[in-house]
Amino acid sequence: MKKALLALAAGLSVLAPMNVAAQDSVPAAPVAVDAAPAAEAAAPAPAASTYTPMAPTKGKGMPTSFEDDAAKSITFQDQYSDNGEYALWMHDRILMPVITIISLLVLGLLLYVVARFNRARNPVASRTTHNTAIEVIWTIVPVIILVIIAVPSITLLARQYETPPADAVTIKATGYQWYWGYEYPDHGGIEVISNMLDEGEAVRRGEPGQLAVDKRMVVPAGVPLRIQTTASDVIHAFAVPSLWFKMDAVPGRLNEKLLTIKEPGVYYGQCSELCGARHAYMPIAVEALPPAEFAAWVKAQGGTMPGEEAAAPAAAPADAAAAAAPAAAS
Amino acid sequence: MATTAEGFDAHHDYGHDAHDHADHKPGFFARWFMSTNHKDIGTMYLIFAIIAGIVGGAISGIMRVELAEPGIQYLQWWAQFMGGANDINTALHMWNVFITAHGLIMVFFMVMPAMIGGFGNWFVPLMIGAPDMAFPRMNNVSFWLTVAGFFSLLFSLFVPGGTGPGAGTGWTVYAPLSTSGSVGPAVDFAIFSLHLSGAGSILGATNFITTIFNMRAPGMTLHKMPLFVWSVLVTAFLLLLALPVLAAAITMLLTDRNFGTTFFNPAGGGDPVLYQHLFWFFGHPEVYIMILPGFGMISQIIATFSKKPVFGYLGMAYAMVAIGVVGFIVWAHHMYTVGLDVNTKMYFTAATMVIAVPTGVKIFSWIATMWGGSLSFKSPMVWSMGFIFLFTVGGVTGVVLANGGIDDNLHDTYYVVAHFHYVLSMGAVFSMFAGFYYWFPKMSGRMHSELLSHIHFWTFFVGVNVIFFPQHFLGMQGMPRRYPDYAEAFTFWHQVSTYGYYIMAGSMIFFFVNIAYALLAGKKAAANPWGEGATTLEWTLPSPPPYHQFETLPVITDSMDYHDHRPATA
Repeated sequence: MKKALLALAAGLSVLAPMNVAAQDSVPAAPVAVDAAPAAEAAAPAPAASTYTPMAPTKGKGMPTSFEDDAAKSITFQDQYSDNGEYALWMHDRILMPVITIISLLVLGLLLYVVARFNRARNPVASRTTHNTAIEVIWTIVPVIILVIIAVPSITLLARQYETPPADAVTIKATGYQWYWGYEYPDHGGIEVISNMLDEGEAVRRGEPGQLAVDKRMVVPAGVPLRIQTTASDVIHAFAVPSLWFKMDAVPGRLNEKLLTIKEPGVYYGQCSELCGARHAYMPIAVEALPPAEFAAWVKAQGGTMPGEEAAAPAAAPADAAAAAAPAAAS
Repeated sequence: MATTAEGFDAHHDYGHDAHDHADHKPGFFARWFMSTNHKDIGTMYLIFAIIAGIVGGAISGIMRVELAEPGIQYLQWWAQFMGGANDINTALHMWNVFITAHGLIMVFFMVMPAMIGGFGNWFVPLMIGAPDMAFPRMNNVSFWLTVAGFFSLLFSLFVPGGTGPGAGTGWTVYAPLSTSGSVGPAVDFAIFSLHLSGAGSILGATNFITTIFNMRAPGMTLHKMPLFVWSVLVTAFLLLLALPVLAAAITMLLTDRNFGTTFFNPAGGGDPVLYQHLFWFFGHPEVYIMILPGFGMISQIIATFSKKPVFGYLGMAYAMVAIGVVGFIVWAHHMYTVGLDVNTKMYFTAATMVIAVPTGVKIFSWIATMWGGSLSFKSPMVWSMGFIFLFTVGGVTGVVLANGGIDDNLHDTYYVVAHFHYVLSMGAVFSMFAGFYYWFPKMSGRMHSELLSHIHFWTFFVGVNVIFFPQHFLGMQGMPRRYPDYAEAFTFWHQVSTYGYYIMAGSMIFFFVNIAYALLAGKKAAANPWGEGATTLEWTLPSPPPYHQFETLPVITDSMDYHDHRPATA
C-alpha cells in the first residue's frame, strides 16, 4: 500500500505545480469545496527538476482512523519535535494517570456509598458534619498533586518559549480568508501561497483529503525554525498537532515561536481559530526536508540561502510576484 | 406547570382555608405579563429556559447530523431554508451561525435563566423565609429583558451577516471576525441580544444580593443560610462584576462596527487581543455563574436524600466564594495560544490549577455528606450522583487543559468541546434536572413519575457520554472545533458521537412525558414529599406554596443550625 502511494505520488509529482502555478485566480475568488482550487495540473513547472513533493507516510503527521488503528485513534498523534515529545510524555505519564485515578476514586467512592449507605443497609443516618483531619487532607493532597503537575508544566512552558537562535530559519505564516501564505525572509523573500487541494486531487496524490494543500510550507528538518504568524484579515491559528504547535495569527501582531522538527516528513495541520465561512478549508502542510534538499527547494523557488548572493533578483521571486497579486486583492 | 398554581385550588378541595388570605391572584394578563410575584416569574423563567433549551438542543441536533459523516450534507438546505443563497459559502456560513446560536442560546437563554431566574427566583425567597424578592417589579423587568434578548438573537438569524444570513462569529464574538469580518446587521442584533439579556442579569443580580442581605428571616445569619442561597449570592456577585465588562467589550464592538472606532482594529492602533481579554474577564466568571447554582442545588439534594446535614458546611460555602474570587483571575487560560508572554502563561497555568482545590473540597464534601447517611435514590438523588461523577470527569480534563504547554495542542480542538460539555451539558444540566425533579412537586403541587425520571436519567446519562466521551479522542487526534467537515480519519468517532445525540434526544421524550403526566394525572404533592431529610423552609409550606407566603415571618432560633430550619413541632 505504502509503495503504491509513493509510486502514485511520484508519478503525479510530474504534473504537480512546483513553481508558477496559476495562483492568481485562486484566493481572490474562492471556489466551491469540491472544485479544484485552480487548474494547476496544466501549469508548467520549469524549475521543478530538483524538488518533488514528499509522499506522506500514513499515520505520521496526520490523524489515524479508528479502522486503521483503534489504539492510536484515541490519543495524541505521534510527536516529531522535542517539545512535543516532552509534552506527550507529561500528558501520558503524569496527567493521564492522575486524572484517571481521581475519576476512578470518585466513582469508587460513589459506588461504595450506594452499596454501603443505602436506606436498607443503613436505616439510621449518622449526624457527622465535621472532621477537621480529613478536610485538611483533602485540601492538602490536591495541592501536593497540583505542585507535582506544575513542575513539568512550567518546564514545558519554559522550553516552548526558548528564544530561537540567531541563525534559525525564519518562516512567516500569514493567515488569509481562507488560505495560508508562507514567506521566507532569510531566503530571498520566497513566498508560497498554500491552498487546500480538493478531495479528489488529494486522493490522486496519495494525500489525506481536507489536509493536503497545493503548495506546502517546506522547511529543513533538524534545524531550529523561527515560526512567525500574523494575519491579514481576521484571526487565524497556525496549528500542527504532530509538532505540538499552535499559535494564533492575529492581524497587527507578529507572534513568534521556536520549532525544531526532528525528522523529515509531511506534517498536516488545520486552521484553529474560527475565521469565517471556509474556516475548515485552509489546512496546513509542513514538509520537513533534510537541509540539503531544503536548500535545493529554496533554489528551485528562485530564493537564496543565507550568505549566498542573490542569483538573479529580478527573475527570482516569480512565485512571490504571482502570490502578491491575490494577497493584495484580499 | 404555568397554570397549576392557579388552577389547583379551583379543582381540588384542598388548602382553601390555609390559602384564602394569601391567594388573591390578579387576572391572567396582570399576573403573567405584569408579574411581580417571584414564584410566577420563576415559573416563567423555567418555561422560557425549557423553550430556549429545545431550540438550542435542536440546533445541536442539526450540527450532529451534519457531522455524522465527512463532507457537507445538509447545510445547503438549511442555508436556503433560512433565506440564504444556494452556494457553498452561504452553506458553510450557516454552520457558523448554528454554532454561534447554539452557544449563545444555551449559555444566556437556557442555563442562566433556568438556574438563576428559575430556581433562584423560586427558592431563594422561600429558603430565607422572605415574602418575595426585594425589588419585585425590577424582577419582572429582568425577565422581559431576557425574553427581548432572545428575540433579538432569533431575529439576527434572518438578516444578513456577511457570507449569509445570521451571525457566524461563535459565541465569543471575536474581533475582527465580528467587526470587519461580518458585514450586515446580524452581528449587531446578536450583540444587542447580549446587551439586553446582560442588563436583565445585572438587574437580577442586584435583586438577589439585596434580597439575600436584607430579607432573611429573623435569626437566619449568613452562616445558617442554605447552601443554595449561598451559591446564588456568590453567583449574583459574579454577574454584577463580570457582566459590565462584557457590556463594555461588546459596546466597543458595536462602535467599531458602526461608528468608525478602532478599539480592536490594529489599523487604527487597536488590538484584537484586547477584546479577548475583556471577553474572557467576563467569560470565565460566566462559566462559574453557570455552575455555582448547580453546586448549591446538589448540596441541598444530597443532604436531603442522605438524611444528613451537609458535611463541612462552612468549607462548602467558602469554597464557592473561593471559586468565585479565583474565577476572576484565570481568564487568560482561554487565550493560551494568542501569543502570551511566557510569565503570563506560567501565572495563568498556576492560577487555573488552584481552582481544582476548592472544587475538590466540594466533590469530597458531597461524598462525605453521603458517607454514613441513609440514602434513598429518588430521582433528584440519582441526577445529583450522576452530576458528581460527570463533573469530576469534566473537572480533571480541565486540569489537563490548565497546563498552558499541553493546551498548545488541545486548544480549539474537540477536547475542549468535550471538556466544557462535561462540566456544562453534564454538570450544569444534570444539576438542573436534579433541581427540577427535587422542586417540581413543590412548584406544581403534583408528583412526577419516579419511574420515568429514572429512565430519563439512565438514557440521558448514556446518551451524553456517548456524545461527548469520544470527542476527547477526536480532540487529541487534532480535530479542530467549529468545523462542519473533517478529514476521513475522524469519521468513526464522529459517527459514535452522533448516535449518542439520538440517544440523548430520545431520552428527553421521557422528561416531557413525565411533566405532562404529572400535570395531568400526577398525585398531589404533600408539603414535604421527600421526608425527614428535607429540612429547609420551602418544605414547611404547602405544595404549591400560597401566592404570598411568610406573611408571618418564620424565626430561626438560636438552637437551629444551618441544616434544619423547620419550626419545632412541639
